[in-house]
This record gives sequence, structure tokens and C-alpha cells, in this order.
Amino acid sequence: MKADHFLDATGLSCPMPIVKTRNAMKDVNSGEILEVKTTDKGAKADLAAWTKSGGHELLEQTESDNVYTFFIKKG
Amino acid sequence: MTVRIMKPVEVARYSIDKKPLYILDVRNEDAFVDWKIEGESIEYLNIPYFDLLDGVDEIKGELPKDRDILVVCAKEGSSQMIAEMLSEEGMDVAYLEGGMKAWSEYLEPVKVGTLKSGGELYQFVRLGKGCLSYMVIDAGKAAVIDATRMTDLFLDFAKEKGATIEHVFDTHLHADHISGGRVIAEATGATYYLPSQDAEEVVFDYHKLGDGLRVTVGKTLVEAVFSPGHTSGSTSFVVDESYLLTGDILFIDSIGRPDLAGMADDWVGDLRTTLYNRYEQLSEELVVLPAHFMEMKEVNADGSVAKKLSTLFSENHGLQVEDENEFRELVTENLPPQPNAYQEIRKTNMGVLTPDAETQREMEIGPNRCAVR
Repeated sequence: MKADHFLDATGLSCPMPIVKTRNAMKDVNSGEILEVKTTDKGAKADLAAWTKSGGHELLEQTESDNVYTFFIKKG
Repeated sequence: MTVRIMKPVEVARYSIDKKPLYILDVRNEDAFVDWKIEGESIEYLNIPYFDLLDGVDEIKGELPKDRDILVVCAKEGSSQMIAEMLSEEGMDVAYLEGGMKAWSEYLEPVKVGTLKSGGELYQFVRLGKGCLSYMVIDAGKAAVIDATRMTDLFLDFAKEKGATIEHVFDTHLHADHISGGRVIAEATGATYYLPSQDAEEVVFDYHKLGDGLRVTVGKTLVEAVFSPGHTSGSTSFVVDESYLLTGDILFIDSIGRPDLAGMADDWVGDLRTTLYNRYEQLSEELVVLPAHFMEMKEVNADGSVAKKLSTLFSENHGLQVEDENEFRELVTENLPPQPNAYQEIRKTNMGVLTPDAETQREMEIGPNRCAVR
């Protein structure tokens, strides 16, 4: 999947992945896609829940070598 | 205002002593609904931390002035952040050190009895998960039953008491938590006992735990009573002719579920026989000490989880079902969801899987679900 914006939140622990994602989202236009990479296991459920509560759409979520990648479309 | 840090040992006091506490749980809703800090005097508000990043104004008015406030999250980071935000607004709040992860690992040692020869029986109450472990101490010797993976606590406790751990028992192959039995036995040179019926796939050496096995701890007798039903090997212990350690067969207000090793239909008969025949033959004066509790109301005022067998015969929901078919339905239908990662936990307890410490922690997250009622 191709993203318009990219955020590297690897190595950060909760709550920073969400705090950074939220800040990064401010520069994303509605309809554009932000790709987020994190290594925090807890962020998995939280990012999905945050996306929903923020009115965005989680397009894809993958995991490889303990890196979680999210593609979020801004609502 | 400075933010206070509350340790699990302090939270335990609120939970056991029924001191008023207000918990602002900032995990996501699913996590909160699944599992939280329990206590009859605790009030809750669950708002995920990510919904409070713009500010805490919306909840400020909801927080009480007349009770202590504790902010809780999974690991600590988010609760610290929210606690600091509240503090900047002039509120007096604390956050939980180590989060739910630390709460899940906290054990409260409670003395449940003085033994005839002057020894002591301790119960280790794992408040966050409802698991109960035991240590019999007499004349410088000790036996540990159903130890959790926080093995240092048991080793340190025995050391503090000046006792050498000689026997380590598991009442059955656990499916809801990782046993610390083997690690404790290796660290102390103690004998590790497991029921052989549960240990067919076990890949390490163990001592067979069978019906009628008797060991002495100092001068205190520990006697095994075969009591299958939760698993095919489940074994209870009578300690000092006064206490009945029931494992996951009989709890305070519920009974064991027979399905966690996948054999509900086969083992329901065993469970019935154990509860309605085998235990009937024992003295009603025995004090029942189970391996789990489900709700804080099962915890006595002194923090222990214990009740006379005679009381359970008249009050426990699982012991009042006269009709065998009704009993079969109770324990095979409408069972609660299985514990988190229970298959992996079983395999770890067999020695087949050897996950690292962090993975073990993750596997145990969530409530225990070993009972039906």
C-alpha cells in the first residue's frame, strides 16, 4: 500500500506512538494516507481504537519482525 | 501539585481493606471490560488516554473530591501522562507504578493458619489474576504448592522464614498461568511433583504425584487426594489434617471447568465423583483453600480466601446440583471464554514451549477463567 505520509514511531513506548501519530495527522489532508511503524505491542490495539474514535479509517495493519505497520486514512 | 506514584502493594490495601478508591482507567475500552483492578470499594471511570490528549477538562468535573484517585493503564506511561495533566490542573492524583502488568504480578502473602507443631501455612493471593499459591513451613522446611512464575518471591519468602524448600507440587497442569514450580525446584534442589495423568507430554523429569502420597514438611503431614475433573490428574492435598487444598476443582462459590484440556464431556463424570463422593468422605471440618478466586467478595476480611468444607457443601453453587444431567449441562454448556493464550500456557508448563520473560507476561494478561457456577 502506498502512503502519502510516513511516521517512524519504532522504539517508542506507550503513549508516545499515539501522541506522535496524532501530531503527524495534523499535516495530513482528509482522504490522504499516513503510514505508521511502531514496535510497541500495546500500540496495536490502541492505534486501532484511536483511529476509530478519531473518525479515521484503518486500511491495513501488518506485522513482521516485531514491527507493526498501520495504514490510516484521515477522516 | 506533585503526582504520587502508587505501588501495587498499596493498591492491595484498598482492595482488601475496602478503602474507597476512584480508578481512572485510561486503557482502551476492550481491555477495561476484559480485566481491571477489582474491589468492592472501588469506583471506576474508563476513558482511553488517547481521547484525553487535547486536555482533561471534560473529566475534571467528574472526579470525586472525597476519595483517592488512581490513574491506571497497561504499563504505566499513559497513566503517568494523564496523571501529570490532571496534576497541572490542580488535582491530587496518583498513577499505578508498572500499570496493570505489575498489578497482574503482585502477590500478597497472607497467613492462613498455625499448624499443630507450630509451623505456618501461607497463602499467596495474586489479586490481579485471582490465583492462589501456598507455602507450608515447619521446622526449617518448606513445601510450595501451585507456585506462580514470580519465583523470587517464594524463594525470598522461604529464606526470610529460614526454611529450605524441599517439596514443590502442582495440583494439576495449569492452563491459566505459568507455573513457577519447576524453576523453584531447580533453584532449591527440591523434588517437583506433578500428576502423571496431566504430564504425558511433559518434556522434563518430575516426580509422580499419586493418590495417597504422603510427605512430611518438618513434622507436618501433607497428603495427596486424587480428585480428577478439571484435568484427568487433578490432585488435592490435605495439610496437617486440617486444610484441604483443592486446586482448580472446588472454589469458594464455584467449581472447576472440565474443558481446558479439551475433554469436557469425558471429565464431567470425574468432576462429579470428586465433588459429590470423594470430598464427601473427607472431614467437613477441613478448611478449603482453592487455587483461585473469582470475585473480591470471596476474599475474607483478613485477605485470605478460605472457607470450611461444611460451609461449601451448603452454600457453593456447584455443590447444590442434585441432578446429574443438570450438572453435566452446567459444566459443559455456556462455559465462560477460555483464558488468554491457554494452549500456549499449557505447552509452556509442559516444557514444550520456552517463551522469554516478556512473552510469558503477555501470555498471562487478563483474568483467569477456570470456574463455572
